[in-house]
Amino acid sequence: MLSASNLVFRAGGRALVDNVSATFHPGLLHLIMGPNGAGKSTLVKLLARMLRPHDGRVAYGGIDAERWSDRQLAKQRAVLSQAIEVAFPIPVHELIMMGRYPHFRGRPGRSDERICEQVMQYFEVSAFADRNYSSLSGGERQRVNFARVLAQIWEPLPGSARYLFLDEPLTFLDIRHQIDFMKKVREFASQPDVVAVGVVHDLNLAAKFANHMLLLHEGRVLVEGDKAEVLTAEHLRTAFDIRPEFLTNAATGETHLTFD
Amino acid sequence: MSGRNADRATLALLLAILLFTTAASTRFGAIDFSAHDMVTAVSHTLTGASDLTLNQRIFMQLRLPRAILCLFVGACLGIGGTLMQALFRNPIVEPGMVGTSSGAAFGAAMFYVFGALLNISLGAWALPIAACLGGVISTYLVFALAQTKNEGRSSIILLLLTGLAINALFMSGIGYLSYIARDPQARSIIYWNLGTMSGASWNSVFVVGSATAAGTAAALFCAKSLNALMIGEEEAVALGVNVARLKWVVLTINVLMVAVATAFTGIISFVGLIVPHILRMMRGPNNRFLITGSALLGGALLSAADLIARMCVRPAELPIGIVTSIVGVPVFLGLLRRREYLF
Repeated sequence: MLSASNLVFRAGGRALVDNVSATFHPGLLHLIMGPNGAGKSTLVKLLARMLRPHDGRVAYGGIDAERWSDRQLAKQRAVLSQAIEVAFPIPVHELIMMGRYPHFRGRPGRSDERICEQVMQYFEVSAFADRNYSSLSGGERQRVNFARVLAQIWEPLPGSARYLFLDEPLTFLDIRHQIDFMKKVREFASQPDVVAVGVVHDLNLAAKFANHMLLLHEGRVLVEGDKAEVLTAEHLRTAFDIRPEFLTNAATGETHLTFD
Repeated sequence: MSGRNADRATLALLLAILLFTTAASTRFGAIDFSAHDMVTAVSHTLTGASDLTLNQRIFMQLRLPRAILCLFVGACLGIGGTLMQALFRNPIVEPGMVGTSSGAAFGAAMFYVFGALLNISLGAWALPIAACLGGVISTYLVFALAQTKNEGRSSIILLLLTGLAINALFMSGIGYLSYIARDPQARSIIYWNLGTMSGASWNSVFVVGSATAAGTAAALFCAKSLNALMIGEEEAVALGVNVARLKWVVLTINVLMVAVATAFTGIISFVGLIVPHILRMMRGPNNRFLITGSALLGGALLSAADLIARMCVRPAELPIGIVTSIVGVPVFLGLLRRREYLF
């Protein structure tokens, strides 16, 4: 379980995250939504301990995040961000092995090699394992990155949950890859020891895949819950200043959002 | 993994090249020594015998320390380049860019101009100490000025630009000092700014050798964290790297190695730039390989350059910095035009 209590993060005299408390449970995919500047990315970074809050605290499994060393934390917590820029030409398999860095000293062990093989197969990137990362397409790159990030927390840990954070991971993907990607995230997040928290812009995509939603507005949690509770006309009007319409797909029964 | 064996094979090849250039650079020069002279000089010195011929004494006191110093200085510059490129995530950075070399050169210039004036006498150590101090001060200045309030992490772009400014400041300081210096001192400053191995002694071999050994070991210890930095500072943090600490450690290693090497030999450019490039083209960007490889290739290149500097106008010699620049500039320009390097 991951919990945030009274998180505050200020920048430029303004609270980007303003007294946010929330609990994130294993086995569920939590998606954070909100307009630009609502503090989504900042909140994810605070939760992942990539940023330190000015006030409040984050606890992993009941233990204050500050008590974990960088390396201990990296064994159980992985972060996927929008896109990475690689400074030097690097083969795909070496990039994916970086996900195992927190787990070995010196050279990778046999289990690290095995896990890399497994994630490369899972993300269907084995075919270009030896290619230069910079020569890949945007979609291929993000698959490679996701493989690297999951390699970091691929296997259950004794006595600890695993934490996956996604910071707008869909930005550079086309719609088919977005759906593929979200399916894999959802599958990974459904494991009983995985806590998954992400930021997703597309409301329909979020509605389709989230188990639990948080809607942020001006650095605060406007509402949280399942999609029926969160995605209401009133909340969306407050947060995004839009007038949504809800359409129901007669075949699947799924609700979709459209806007004027 | 086959990559590891290929790395080993490449390192073995580099070692062979290094042994070859060292052998050549030991044997040839203003005087060519016979194999017999070389062996006799070493074995007699080791056994404590004092019956060396003049040639053998020249070999023991000038040529051999000079050849060995080349290896250590080359290793320092090569590793410095690898570390700076990895830290700045930029393939066109060299150790001088955080101010280390220009500061060291300024320290040396200060010594040339004011040392005699103030009658400071530290024997053979005064120049290296002045240079080393200059290198440490300028590097510290760059860091102090580039420090931001942003969570204690100083941004790398800010560092690089600050380094540029501080370099310009110290270079104009050197310009001023050589302008006010009287003739023999002014010539010394110019000569030192171009780099020379002619001051080599067993003392300098010992000091630079110690810095090389300590620096190489510490650099290898940072190799994995530097690899993680390749994909970005935030990603490295997510992989459990303490980036703020890594920066300080790596820069300290760089200052130690580059300032100490520069202190004894003057500014030798381009070695720190091209050595990591060549290795990266051969075997990719893994810093563990690059660090060991740069020690070997840096040493090999510098001893080859020193041999060229001594051979092409013999019995006189060129400043080694001129040789490394003549060779280094076209290589660098060629590298810039290669497509794989993305800036």
